[in-house]
Amino acid sequence: MRYSGFRVIKEALTGHKGWKPVWREPEPKAHYDIIVIGGGGHGLATAHYLSKVYGQRNVAVVEKGWIGGGNVGRNTTIVRSNYMLDGNEPFYEFSMKLWEGLEQDLNYNAMMSQRGIINLFHTDGQRDAYTRRGNAMILNGADAELLDADQVRKEHPYLNFDDARFPIKGGLVQRRAGTARHDAVAWGFARSADLQGVDIIQNCEVTGLRIENGKCLGVETTKGFIGANKVGCAVAGSSGRVMGMAGMRLPIESHVLQAFVSEGLKPVLPSVITFGAGHFYVSQSDKGGLVFGGDLDGYNTYAQRGNLPVVEDVCEGGVALMPMIGRARLLRMWGGVMDMSMDGSPIIDRTPVEGLYFNGGWCYGGFKATPASGHCFAHLLAKDEPHPVATAYRLDRFQTGRMIDEKGVGNQPNLH
Amino acid sequence: MIINHPLLGPRDASEFTYLGDASLIDRPDWQAENAAEAFYEYGYVRDNPAGEHQELWYHEAGDRSWLVVTRNTLTHEISKVELARDVARARGRSK
Repeated sequence: MRYSGFRVIKEALTGHKGWKPVWREPEPKAHYDIIVIGGGGHGLATAHYLSKVYGQRNVAVVEKGWIGGGNVGRNTTIVRSNYMLDGNEPFYEFSMKLWEGLEQDLNYNAMMSQRGIINLFHTDGQRDAYTRRGNAMILNGADAELLDADQVRKEHPYLNFDDARFPIKGGLVQRRAGTARHDAVAWGFARSADLQGVDIIQNCEVTGLRIENGKCLGVETTKGFIGANKVGCAVAGSSGRVMGMAGMRLPIESHVLQAFVSEGLKPVLPSVITFGAGHFYVSQSDKGGLVFGGDLDGYNTYAQRGNLPVVEDVCEGGVALMPMIGRARLLRMWGGVMDMSMDGSPIIDRTPVEGLYFNGGWCYGGFKATPASGHCFAHLLAKDEPHPVATAYRLDRFQTGRMIDEKGVGNQPNLH
Repeated sequence: MIINHPLLGPRDASEFTYLGDASLIDRPDWQAENAAEAFYEYGYVRDNPAGEHQELWYHEAGDRSWLVVTRNTLTHEISKVELARDVARARGRSK
């Protein structure tokens, strides 16, 4: 069923009786060409691109709970491509371009809103760093614009410009960046993959990987064994657990990141804003809530909740940046488990086990990467070679010294 | 989280900074045949368990001691707190 304005009018006139569930609930077949573990954003995007771009029709996505119930359903919905390093920026700009055409590609309203992002700077050193980053973005085909304090004041008059310690000296803007409705992204990819014949198998936990003579033959699940020529793992915070079933240890630690939503307010924030003197980023949802977040809690955890010191730290950052939100009440807060890699950059690669592929280490930047991650993982699964924009995301890069460390903080996952 | 410091008693976790897996105490021998491989594993690869985890915390806003905390990563429950010095000596380190 295609969605269109005509369809909406027709359904409105016939009592909305024609809307049907948009994906099937199939029982698993005995064997697939490709199985993707994980029905989150990246797994579902992989299935979509496998079927639509790479012509693979005998594909299944197996998901422990319900699709879109993990990090794709619990992030701050920001989409951007303002990275600096060669290994990253072409990939994220590829993702940005996919976002721009995503709703047409999926025939699904993902509420993609290119409202822009501004990264504020507060010192001369930071201005230099952002100038350099903006130039790297432009060299890679992205858009970037450097604003001085007066230009920022025109667009964001409510910010705390004259703070004694951290005066706002300007900002790096990416106009094409923005936000998207996170759940709709998962549902749109799921619907599209299902229409192409992909089996999306929910409530089916992978309990083991069947590996014989160094080759992966399929997955053991709570619904029995499912055979596959190739198995791709895209499980974010659970990467260590699933790859542990293959006896692998990863350059990854699992950490919790908290996010927050205020009560609904009248429209105040025209774009996504990040604070340069503390860790705080914020946007306003279409319902009016301020959606914001900050630092990781900083210790290994698989619990989807954090602790209060970080809540205090994030709210302090917010009030320092925009004192007007001091009276707004916090409505909801939650935590998601992040697969923090040792250099802050992701991994999309083969593994030492034949037929087993890994996609993970997205840290807390996975949402913006969803379409490109799926596209590049599908390319790797279908053709057994990396997509041109994802060649740097090697699993063995820590051994060969080819780290992609945007922040330059080294092998300390809780600092990325 | 409250960390029950062996010398100072219960302290708020916000007084500490976190380093990571307590296996970082076991620094490999730089002169060994397999030193390159061993240092790669030491520096970059982690068990990352869901469950009991031994980890290094530094009492930065306190007495500046290093602690080995045994904590459950699914529940945040802390079952054991030791001075890192004692753990390292028990593993055969001189200090």
